[in-house]
Amino acid sequence: MSAPLYAEFARREDAEGGLDAELRLRIPSDVNLVDEAVELVARHLEAAFVDRHTIRFNLRVALAEAVANAILYGNCEDRDKGVGVRVLFGRNAVEMEVTDEGCGFDFRHVPDPTLPANRMRPYGRGLFLIRQLVDEVRFNEAGNTICMVLRRA
Amino acid sequence: MPFNTRKHPGGVLVVEVDGQLIVGNRQELKQKVLDALEAGSRKFLIDFTKTGYIDSSGLGVLVSLSKKIRDEGGDLRLAGLNDDLKTLFELTKLDTLFAITDSAAEALAAF
Repeated sequence: MSAPLYAEFARREDAEGGLDAELRLRIPSDVNLVDEAVELVARHLEAAFVDRHTIRFNLRVALAEAVANAILYGNCEDRDKGVGVRVLFGRNAVEMEVTDEGCGFDFRHVPDPTLPANRMRPYGRGLFLIRQLVDEVRFNEAGNTICMVLRRA
Repeated sequence: MPFNTRKHPGGVLVVEVDGQLIVGNRQELKQKVLDALEAGSRKFLIDFTKTGYIDSSGLGVLVSLSKKIRDEGGDLRLAGLNDDLKTLFELTKLDTLFAITDSAAEALAAF
């Protein structure tokens, strides 16, 4: 049995950019917890963010991809390691940071999964989908933290 | 259960995805289809009418199943994708790999 999902919520005083609320999660490295974690974040944000469709679709898919990548490739499903999720949000924007305990990866060189030679591969579409579904993607230098930004449509 | 299966009178195995098709349950779908393939089924329809979202692992399993079914001389069709799910297939250009119809009835008629 996995360790439970840990979550905490806080209001941010004098927050920049209208990101006046914060949700933090600590997710054990178990792929069976991805959906639960994503739904928890989506439920919080649906009430706060102005565009529900963006939360229901773009956010859910992008966050599921980022957390799954962190568990599978960052933490190599090591149950002693966790994935940290920090979500800053307000009515018009959402910033999600997902951090794993791995060594990171070279995010600058990821094959294009839409090329004919790669299209039959059963993997390699996660980061591509994230980039398509959110407005901005940033990584830390090590490549073990991804920051995804969604803005009002 | 997220994956409900039924055998259509025409010999088509219909799998309904109820909820998400993602990293946490993709192996369950894969195993169901592979077991049916092993048992002799050759026509498969995956119905996404009740599906919330699919992640890249879910898409990957569909690609992998498509190849296995084709190698065995079978046929895999997808149906019931809402606009968001269609967008995922279009973005990844997987709409060029799969036979996709709007409804399960249309897919069943096309086998």
